[in-house]
Amino acid sequence: MSLLDHSALELLALLQSNQVRAEQVVTESLSRIEQLDPPIGSFLHVNHDGALAAARDVDRRRHLGQPVGALAGLPVALKDLICTIDQPTTCASRMLANFRPPYDATVVARLRAADAILIGKTNLDEFAMGSSTESSALQRTRNPWNRDHVPGGSSGGSAACIASDLVPLALGTDTGGSIRQPAAFCGITGLKPTYGRVSRYGLIAFASSLDQIGPMCRSAADAALLLQATAGHDRHDSTSADVEVPDYLKAIAQPISGLRIGILRQQLDSDVDPEIHRAVTEATYVLKSLGALCQDIDLPHSQYGVATYYVIAPCEASSNLARYDGVHYGFRATQLTAAELTASESADLESEGPLVRMYRRTRETGFGAEVKRRIMLGTYALSAGYYDAYYLKAQRVRRLIRQDFDRAYQQVDALLGPVTPTPAFRFGEKSQDPLSMYLGDLFTVSANLAGLPGLSIPCGITVQGLPIGLHLQGPSFAEPTLLRLAHAFQQATDWHARRPPTS
Amino acid sequence: MTPPPTSTPPPVGAVRPYTVIVGLEVHVQLATHTKLFCRCPVKFGAPPNTQTCPVCIGLPGALPVLNETAYYLSVVTALALNCEIPAYTKWDRKNYYYPDLPKGYQISQFDLPMSCNGWLDLSDAQGRCSNRRIRIIRAHLEEDAGKSMHDEIAGRADTRIDLNRTGTPLLEIVSQPDLRSSAEAKAYLTELKLLLTYLGVSDCNMQEGSLRVDANVNLHIPVGSGTPEEIIETPIVEIKNMNSFRAVERALDFEVDRQYREWQATGKQKGEMPKQTRGWDDIHEVTKPQRSKEESSDYRYFPDPDLVPVTTTTDQLEAIRSTLKELPAALRLRLITDYGVTPYDADVIVNQGRTLADYFLAVADQCGDGKQACNWVTQEVLRSMKEGNLTIESFPIPSLELGRLIQSVQAGKLPRSRAKEVFGVMLEQILDLDTTLSRLGIQAVDSGALTDLGRELLAANPKVVADVQAGKEQAIGALVGQAKKSNPNVDPGVMRQILLDLIRQSAG
Amino acid sequence: MKIEPADVSKVALLARLDLSAEEMQAMAAHLSGIVGYVQQLQEIDTSGVEPMAHAIELRNVMAKDVVAASLSRDAALSNAPRHDGEYYLVPAVLGE
Repeated sequence: MSLLDHSALELLALLQSNQVRAEQVVTESLSRIEQLDPPIGSFLHVNHDGALAAARDVDRRRHLGQPVGALAGLPVALKDLICTIDQPTTCASRMLANFRPPYDATVVARLRAADAILIGKTNLDEFAMGSSTESSALQRTRNPWNRDHVPGGSSGGSAACIASDLVPLALGTDTGGSIRQPAAFCGITGLKPTYGRVSRYGLIAFASSLDQIGPMCRSAADAALLLQATAGHDRHDSTSADVEVPDYLKAIAQPISGLRIGILRQQLDSDVDPEIHRAVTEATYVLKSLGALCQDIDLPHSQYGVATYYVIAPCEASSNLARYDGVHYGFRATQLTAAELTASESADLESEGPLVRMYRRTRETGFGAEVKRRIMLGTYALSAGYYDAYYLKAQRVRRLIRQDFDRAYQQVDALLGPVTPTPAFRFGEKSQDPLSMYLGDLFTVSANLAGLPGLSIPCGITVQGLPIGLHLQGPSFAEPTLLRLAHAFQQATDWHARRPPTS
Repeated sequence: MTPPPTSTPPPVGAVRPYTVIVGLEVHVQLATHTKLFCRCPVKFGAPPNTQTCPVCIGLPGALPVLNETAYYLSVVTALALNCEIPAYTKWDRKNYYYPDLPKGYQISQFDLPMSCNGWLDLSDAQGRCSNRRIRIIRAHLEEDAGKSMHDEIAGRADTRIDLNRTGTPLLEIVSQPDLRSSAEAKAYLTELKLLLTYLGVSDCNMQEGSLRVDANVNLHIPVGSGTPEEIIETPIVEIKNMNSFRAVERALDFEVDRQYREWQATGKQKGEMPKQTRGWDDIHEVTKPQRSKEESSDYRYFPDPDLVPVTTTTDQLEAIRSTLKELPAALRLRLITDYGVTPYDADVIVNQGRTLADYFLAVADQCGDGKQACNWVTQEVLRSMKEGNLTIESFPIPSLELGRLIQSVQAGKLPRSRAKEVFGVMLEQILDLDTTLSRLGIQAVDSGALTDLGRELLAANPKVVADVQAGKEQAIGALVGQAKKSNPNVDPGVMRQILLDLIRQSAG
Repeated sequence: MKIEPADVSKVALLARLDLSAEEMQAMAAHLSGIVGYVQQLQEIDTSGVEPMAHAIELRNVMAKDVVAASLSRDAALSNAPRHDGEYYLVPAVLGE
């Protein structure tokens, strides 16, 4: 029995009642990371000394009867594209391998204020571009349920460390499904909040109008706890919503009887894995048995979600990643002396000048293939002559997708469907065919395009032993509804309590 | 293509066989405390890279938030330029790579600028150009880039980058190509700068880069004899690196001649070659082609997802409009109609800036005589400022004291003949009027005493009286001299009049 | 929608990438595939539909013009690949 078998809420109760000390919790977390993470590879950086010092400080203050924050003593893992002043922030890219931000992201500041223990930084697809964490330039992360399979992505490290009980709480980010899909692949609970609910200040941007930070935990209740500590208006983020933060823990305790759920029949009956179809269908029976009212509903434009997404996200990314040019921070390709250049390189240097050459070498060497692909795609789509046909067209379809949701939420309180068409795939299965990888995002991208919340909870396990995710989506700021449905489901089932087989 | 004409350029001073077409893009730094999208200070002259933060360095994860004051100042300016302010405006990213642009894009406004379709009237009573209305295409807000220093010292090939200026709020004001000469361009810039300083939206300091000008220029050359006349347009050239209004004037003059000569030599017309950018070389007084960035025109503008749109209601605009300060043109008109100042003098006073205009107004209001106030301010005050290298802010004679000085002259308390002497002492010794008068022993002489003195003098000099009565009025001068000798405070003009009146009375 | 290596080369310069001949081929194939897939958007009637650039309908978010602390110069330069303690250093910019 490990302390980390407890949920975050249970741990918090143990800490508050002085049955365990923060230092014990953190020590246990650190030792589990040390013992169990090497074959999984969730962490890029472990804040060993800093975490222990912070835990001792919490214990000391609690001992002196001084006030402590809402998450005092709970270890939290951060996806490594959230800026931390005291730890490297790499985006799993060569470009930022040695980058140390001189500032904290707003969510990090809030976690510190809540006395959460920042235990380390987790692996991801480079700059969050990917759905398998395979595009990380720094390390491979494996699915704890089956190490031949990917953990999903881009928040693969955060998902894997939660699934392995290395920490009770983690933050991920979701631009097109990057919290929900790895949550589904790793059998955990992951919530992408409403756009604007959690500050993006200090979140290294992939696609600014789609990115959102959210909790990745073992249960909806723990997600409610972490969302509570991180949500809220931030004047440093112009796109942050000035909307009151409800009491999520109170909300999840409400019964779900009478809530109207729209079943995304089209998604369910499309080309999804039969085991996923069955598990999701069974989940609807559970929710019905708890009093939810189910009806089929359709989002007519959601079939265009992937096409829309793979215009808008790369366009924004191509601009967001222009700053990595080797001038002010990050990697810079070494300047070769004239003698070291090949003939063609000398010719390039001659025609472009040393600065452009430095830019191009830096970016060519600093970025991996997937990042380059998206930069190219976005640059192409925004370039003269293509803007209207691609970017503008996609922004119009985006509104149609949003309008579909608005219409649906006039009839129902939440939507239900699969998170992914397949369970976790094998390494290399899709990495050579970008389009097939992108198509895996079909069920998740629409929520990002529309700016609406979505949640993934475990609802089954395949014969092969891989987790299956249930997708719950809601209207703007309906996190309480989604968490309430998820919590009720988790009270009635034990899928969220299943653990990967220990090897 | 029309074959190049064989005629030589006309001699200087001759009527030029073409029309000069100039449009100006003016970048004005707005008078804020902080940058456009972060709260770093914008103080000029700080040590390099000491006024930066994650936002303006473009560090990963940092996000922009619009400066409320910068937006307000841009609306104030746009209203003063008679622009339309659309109800909705947004922010766009202009993508290009340059080391002083740390994000790899500039936040600017592309297709929906915060203002458009305005104008600026040029009414130059000093005669440098005719009255013209110059249309403004648009004015939009954008962030400035940093500074690149290209080291020319041998062996140090690196370019050094200072990001203090990065993110400074700029208002870009783009005119229609309505300007027809370098003189008009200068007059436009002068009036624009005056307007901006009157509004207090910018200090317009060109040395510190608070006001920068780029010019687009080409020629319209009439050819053939058909009606309507066929016009050939030369390729448009953008001129950069002009560091003063004088440089703008000279660069335009140079470029106009160069384009005409080039057209004569090559016959190249607009559209036959890409738009060229040339830099003004202030030392050699020539424009030189700048290396064109190979794909620089593909800026891939798109709406900045990190910033939200700005909307403005008519009520908000009217509220701002009602707080607009008096503009130079309105003040000129007021000086002419309310203060009796000539259009020429109104121009002189107003063009010196709001502080001098306020000084004039205070002087005039104190003494109640606009014309006299104008004479004193445009002559004595401006001359003394120039000689002493003083600004009106540091001018030693406060406006109310000058007003009282003029009043004293009008009231006869201070002889007109000694007024400039008094002014000089007040200026040199930094004294107020009363102290100066008493130091100089100038006391008011009441008219009763003067009349008594006059009677005495006339009684003692019957010959002068007779001469005057015989029509030799100038004879009175001797008595005025005697009067001044007996009392230095006597105003010669006043004394002369009293003496003449007394003679007339005795004759009557 | 076929994207040729020549188009790729142009875009790579715009994006300041420096693809090898091999990468260029693969990139052309991948981009063609994705852009081809994206073509399906053209079948949707979007006339009269306003483009949606933001996921949240916010307006007029502004901050007061009050100075806040800047980074120290050391902190600002701390991540720079090359600096001289005062300035960021980059290879010479030609032609300016």
